[in-house]
Amino acid sequence: MDELLQEFLTETGENLDTVDRELVRFEQDPNDRDILRNIFRLVHTVKGTCGFIGLPRLEALTHAAESVMGQFRDGATVKPIAVTAILETIDRIKDILAELAEKGQEPEGNDETLIGELLALADQARGEIAPAPPPPAPMDPVAAYLARHGQATAQSAAEDIVFRSAPSPQRGRDGRIEPGEQPVHAEESHGAARASGPATLRVNVDTIEHLMTMVSELVLTRNQLLEVSRRQEDPGLKAPLQRLSLITAELQDGVMKTRMQPIGNAWSKLPRIVRDLSGELGKRIELVTEGAETELDRQILDLIKDPLIHMVRNCADHAIELPADRRAAGKPEQGTIRLAAYHEGGSVTISVTDDGRGLDIERIRGKAIARGLTTEAELEKLSDAQIGRFIFQPGFSTAENVTAVSGRGVGMDVVKANVDSIGGTVDISSRPGLGTAITIKIPLTLAIISALIVVAGADRYAIPQTAVRELVRVKAGDDNRIEQINGAPVLRLRGRLLPIISLSELMGTPRAAAGEGFIVVTQIGERQFGILVDSVFHTEEIVVKPMSSKLRHIPLFSGNTILGDGAVVLIVDPNGVASLVGAALSNEAEAEPQASHDHVQNGERTTMLVFRTGAGGLQALPLSLVTRLEEVEAQAFERGGGRTLLHYRNRLVPVTAIADTQLRNQGIQPLVIVSDGDLTLALAVEAIVDIVEETFDLEMADPDERGVIGSAVIRGRTTDIVDLAHYLPTGGAGWLGAARGAVAAKRVLLVEPSDFLREMLSPVLKASGQNLTMIADFAAAAAAIAEESFATVLLDLDRDAEAAFAFAAACQEKPRGERPRLLGLTACATPDLHLRAAQAGLDDIVGKFDRRALLTELNAGGAEARHAA
Amino acid sequence: MSALSPQDAASATAPGFGNSLDYVTIRVGDQLLGLPIGRVQDVFIANRITVVPRAPDEIVGLLNLRGRIVTAICLRRRLGRSVTLAPDAQGLIELTAIGIDHGGESYALIVDAVGEVVRLDRSTLEPLPVHLDRVWAALATGVHRLADELLVVLDLDAVLDLDLDTAA
Repeated sequence: MDELLQEFLTETGENLDTVDRELVRFEQDPNDRDILRNIFRLVHTVKGTCGFIGLPRLEALTHAAESVMGQFRDGATVKPIAVTAILETIDRIKDILAELAEKGQEPEGNDETLIGELLALADQARGEIAPAPPPPAPMDPVAAYLARHGQATAQSAAEDIVFRSAPSPQRGRDGRIEPGEQPVHAEESHGAARASGPATLRVNVDTIEHLMTMVSELVLTRNQLLEVSRRQEDPGLKAPLQRLSLITAELQDGVMKTRMQPIGNAWSKLPRIVRDLSGELGKRIELVTEGAETELDRQILDLIKDPLIHMVRNCADHAIELPADRRAAGKPEQGTIRLAAYHEGGSVTISVTDDGRGLDIERIRGKAIARGLTTEAELEKLSDAQIGRFIFQPGFSTAENVTAVSGRGVGMDVVKANVDSIGGTVDISSRPGLGTAITIKIPLTLAIISALIVVAGADRYAIPQTAVRELVRVKAGDDNRIEQINGAPVLRLRGRLLPIISLSELMGTPRAAAGEGFIVVTQIGERQFGILVDSVFHTEEIVVKPMSSKLRHIPLFSGNTILGDGAVVLIVDPNGVASLVGAALSNEAEAEPQASHDHVQNGERTTMLVFRTGAGGLQALPLSLVTRLEEVEAQAFERGGGRTLLHYRNRLVPVTAIADTQLRNQGIQPLVIVSDGDLTLALAVEAIVDIVEETFDLEMADPDERGVIGSAVIRGRTTDIVDLAHYLPTGGAGWLGAARGAVAAKRVLLVEPSDFLREMLSPVLKASGQNLTMIADFAAAAAAIAEESFATVLLDLDRDAEAAFAFAAACQEKPRGERPRLLGLTACATPDLHLRAAQAGLDDIVGKFDRRALLTELNAGGAEARHAA
Repeated sequence: MSALSPQDAASATAPGFGNSLDYVTIRVGDQLLGLPIGRVQDVFIANRITVVPRAPDEIVGLLNLRGRIVTAICLRRRLGRSVTLAPDAQGLIELTAIGIDHGGESYALIVDAVGEVVRLDRSTLEPLPVHLDRVWAALATGVHRLADELLVVLDLDAVLDLDLDTAA
């Protein structure tokens, strides 16, 4: 039999049962408008479904019943005779349904007498409420439309939920208070319902839940028995135990299956809907479905049913163009909507793809601003894909005309809300003129998840498989080894630095072996991090049980479960782990957009000198700070007064070893010569590795860490960036004194948004004796300058020249004596920039990496200031 | 695992009925304590416990009690005494636990030892002495004078209400 008809029979049978029950209650209390509205809607839905599926006899009957109900709803008195007539109608409908179920088509017959009776009743009722103007039939244009065009199915799905959450029919019948009132009808109705429906049974989810618990208990008991028999070697016990084992496994499988249904059930009505829609809209649309057999938890199926229907309607209405337009665009006249479902790593992916016109990004942009969801400036930074996601915002519809099909302002946000509620994700991608793809990723089930069982310390934990990207085995001295940045472990993974969180450390248990184990690479949204565990067992399907209310406040765990061997195991919540590790990760996340911003804006490529230090690590220094690279005979070093000096170009230069590098006593010692004005310093390194020009993200180091600003991945390797400031003062105060004396400590304000450049410039400025204040943005700088007075302000012009000029203009307004000297800093000084800077009142522009010029400028400023004083 | 059947005596437990009160007696250290029998679901030995990191001190961990996950609360710690869990050679610990339902959830109260069920005359129940330790005063409802010792009646709701303690 047609699957559609099959489902119709089940649903209608249930709907009728409910109507039956409600009607009797209604007769008891005719003034209860709520019950009346319920009944009316049910009858209406049945009618709509009948019309949609093409059952004229049924439709005529329900239509007549509906008009009577409509009168009641509008205020007519409910007479027992009317109730009886309607019940009779319902019985007739059931008879027809029973035959329909048997033969697959409507039986021949005549209902005119009954319909006449009903219509007479309706007339009578209408006479009674004569002044009541609105006729009942077109009560709600939307509902009426839906009833005509099959959307009634969606409505009935919604009622399904209501129906299921209501007391079950059995209980309703048993617990009925008025058995004497309409017993005949009640009995009949249930007999008929059983005959008309196919051989399925609705079972309360709680019942299945309980069954599942019991089965897992059975599994545990079996395991214990197996253990006992292994010890006792009793052959008489073995055979039955084996049988028990098999049966238990099958039982477990069976119970799991009761919850699962093929997703095809959710979209069986869609071909019909699309066909009807294409006729209505004058479009030619083909619906292609793939993977209808993909199984999904019933609970989830119910929740995505409506969103799916909605999305397909959307596609048909908005996305697919009219045949003429398609021809003009060089596409086949027939549009295609492709619906596909497949399993993917513990979740089900459903995609709805069309080959229509794609999202109108411009319109979404306009709408997003009009609705105040974002500002123009913010939109500028967003990619088209990000803008496309605005359609998931509540009340966001770009449809200009509200059509009957879709565009009523309840749209993709409802889809997203539904998917969110079951822990799924929705994404949309679109190519103008080529089509749109909406991808929904949902968990298979809410109750059973696939989890990776891991060991940390002495305990086992479960990590939901959905969050796990990959597993990496790490071993000290291996290629995959954990490296430390000031005690913070990281792993290099394909050119990325992956922060590592040790699970045993989080749990406060001692680790088995330091530096060895497995990294569970975890992804939360866009963020990736690794969870270090001692060992990994296997993946297991676990039954998620909620955490005790006393423990729910611990963000690390999302629930607990009982494993096959009876042990209680905690389910780690990767979100919680991420949030608990907190600052480090979230800072990084916040820094990220800014960092990528850097690249877009001016692609600050920096040439770095990379060298190896004694600790075996790599460190780097911007090449612009390096004067020369030298290789010197170790004998040339002169040691005195706890310092090592080198006679270099007629000067004595202090030699400082970087990090843990050991100064050599013999052989060749590679040196990096750094000079700063009069001051020259030789940094001893293990070996010079390379000079690279790269755009890189600097990850700031802990402020406590000495000698390193932060680290970055350079050519795929973690490299620390040397903090020159750390090495400069250790050279000794004496030789710095001269430089200091020349420029008595002045206050200098550096406004530089780039973390990297700020850190790079600061040692230079500090070493030259400036009293330096660093600020990342102009707003904060304006505040600082209002409070304190600075001799010189260094402004970054690369990131946001306009803001810098505006800031400069604001400084002009200060009284003459307090006005600081304004110096622009840029990596690339063009004549145009010079001109604009002069207009804005900047005193000069200096190259960012031209330290000599910068220091000269600063000194000049100092000299002027002294002259003025 | 042994189980008491609380139903037999349940009819007599509701306070205010009759002149007698039934208790499951337990011991924490030397102190004899009484739990209203109507609240006790189970008495069992737990030997496998899952420790929950970052949990409040009083929570020993989670137990599997016939397929249900039960939160184990250490009565000793709850009463402000120190505990040392000494696992045996296989790393297992034998804990005497009392199963209790509270707010729709299952809990296990870990005690030192369980004694017998006693029926006591209401007239022997006295209010708590005023100078009792603050923690004890919050968790107990009264004291019964027995022939040779005192039985402190615990208020199970207060014992299981861990938040109350942190708020105080």
